[in-house]
Amino acid sequence: MIAGRAAPLVRAALVLALALGVTLAIVFAAGAPPFDTLAVMAKGGLGSRTALLRTLSALAPLLLCGSALCVTFAVNLWNIGVEGQITMGAVFGLSLLRAVDPAGALPPDAAVAGSLVAAMAGGAAWALIAGVLRTHGRVHEIFSGLGLNFVAMGISLWLILGPWKRPGMASMSGTEPLANALWLPALFGRPMSLWGLILALAAYGFAVWLLGRTFFGLTLSAVRQNAMAAERLGLRPKRRMLAAMGICGALAGLCGGVLVTGLYHRLIPSISGNYGYTAILAVLLASGSLPFLPLACLFFAVLTVGSIQLPLELSLDSSLAGVIQGVLVLTLFAARRLWPAAGPKGGA
Amino acid sequence: MSLDYPAALLGAVLFAAAPLILAALGETISERGGVINLSMDGTVLLAAMVAFAAARASGDPYAGLAAGAAAGAAVAGVLAFFGAALGASELAVGFVLTLFCRELAYFVGHGQARQPGPDLGVFSVPGLSDLPLVGPALFRQSPVVLLSLLAVAAVWFFLMRTRAGLVLRAVGESPGAAAARGIAVARVRVLCCLAGGALAGCAGAFYSLAVKPGWGHPQGCEGAGWIALAIVIFGGWKPARVAFGALFFAAIQVAGIALQDVLPGLSGTLFQIAPFPVMIATLLVVNLRRSAAFREAARRLPLLGRLMPRTAGGAPGAVAGALDRGF
Repeated sequence: MIAGRAAPLVRAALVLALALGVTLAIVFAAGAPPFDTLAVMAKGGLGSRTALLRTLSALAPLLLCGSALCVTFAVNLWNIGVEGQITMGAVFGLSLLRAVDPAGALPPDAAVAGSLVAAMAGGAAWALIAGVLRTHGRVHEIFSGLGLNFVAMGISLWLILGPWKRPGMASMSGTEPLANALWLPALFGRPMSLWGLILALAAYGFAVWLLGRTFFGLTLSAVRQNAMAAERLGLRPKRRMLAAMGICGALAGLCGGVLVTGLYHRLIPSISGNYGYTAILAVLLASGSLPFLPLACLFFAVLTVGSIQLPLELSLDSSLAGVIQGVLVLTLFAARRLWPAAGPKGGA
Repeated sequence: MSLDYPAALLGAVLFAAAPLILAALGETISERGGVINLSMDGTVLLAAMVAFAAARASGDPYAGLAAGAAAGAAVAGVLAFFGAALGASELAVGFVLTLFCRELAYFVGHGQARQPGPDLGVFSVPGLSDLPLVGPALFRQSPVVLLSLLAVAAVWFFLMRTRAGLVLRAVGESPGAAAARGIAVARVRVLCCLAGGALAGCAGAFYSLAVKPGWGHPQGCEGAGWIALAIVIFGGWKPARVAFGALFFAAIQVAGIALQDVLPGLSGTLFQIAPFPVMIATLLVVNLRRSAAFREAARRLPLLGRLMPRTAGGAPGAVAGALDRGF
């Protein structure tokens, strides 16, 4: 509109510079030292071996949910309910472990694998509720997903304070921790599992394959671009939407299962920890394109982990990570309109 | 039996409904003008923080109310800038704004958390406050109740009985026709978006200065903006019906608190989340009732068919189906 067409790299640099400027202004307006704050965040996310491990352990859920969301974005569905799907995945995964744990019916490895499958089923079921409400009830998935997020949070709180409470006392710190045998194998003795990362990378590979290499992925794209034409071609848009929701929910549920068995080893209140919303922003930052998704997720993981240091070192609120993420996505939206991308694909 | 308990119950419903009414009215104005403002939830939260901070700094809760309205209008201004000037998707920008404003409110409001501050207090209307039932419920109450009811009348009058309201509805119903008639469509859209944002900002101020006084992380009004968005659909974009919708949701919240005393076995979390399944259920019923298939089926019924409207009531033309079309 204003300038000519810009190369993607130039535009990315402009977006980063603009977002950095806005962020510094916000931090300054909040009465904090802007450059020190960013330095603390960078150090907290990348500064040491521990920090790097923490960042990697935040990358796993983000990449899982980001891959999941790419599937629903491929049919133009806004799966806001991903937070609730993580929570329900955690609930289903833990319920299986609780059922087999005292009986010892399964060897521990099989129990953990089974709990991950149960987690996927839980997430998929929760996503399909929102999907059916959209395809057959004309309720937009933003409203149903958001409402179901609150319901899932309520269910997990009720379980923690009620039926699954620790012997003797109910506490907001969560349920009784799992036995060591039921943990995903830890990495370097840290509360972080290599398996979470491997599963996340596998989910990412699955999404790349599904959306780019299969006929199913092609039909999803057809439904997104013209649902009416897809209907005439016999592609059954409603079924495609439900399938996409189910796949997305299963991957988000897997994220919940990994959080239970690999990171927290119990159910805690709001176990989804905003990973779902952060993943939505990461997918928007990558403009729904899969090649950029791991980079966006890694960047947001550094911000999320780095911001945990803010309350400790500068007594600021850790929500600065979310502020920066929002600013980045908004400046990207603006840049896409101001400097449309060159190339055969045309503007945004 | 004395009227104290019913009066207290009525007062509690009206009190809890006041911010919901304002937020839903703001969204009604915005959508009637053809702009879907999905940033409602973040707007309410950010305005609540700004209003509380301004009220603490100035010592005057009404200055806080004005600051909240300004904050709401500012968020709507960002949305209008992206939508009108840059031509970006209002839905996508609104959604990102709602996440962004929430985090911004927590970050900037860190110093205000759990601090004492002024609130709007109780406002007594001389002469009317001693009436039975409505006296304590309406006229010896927090001023937000009367303000919200006045806002319903004012918004209805503005939309349905003034020239400017007619222009606004024309733009929302058929932007092309309005432009052909010589109306500056873009300017009207920006203005109604700003007005809607200011009303939502007042709703946020109502929360932090009266209904849930103070600021914290969480504040307690999270999710209210989303319920307001659903209420607008539920109320069919009509101010009075939207207000009834807000009262309905407030009644659910109050019933939850009242039932907690009667049925202590039921967990409190159950009642906190109750509005959200109800929100989904009402949207399901309302949307199915408006669907062509349902109207066709219902019209064939004897007697009941006479009552069915011939056309689908509801969404302004520029907004209808926008959510179903995707982003």
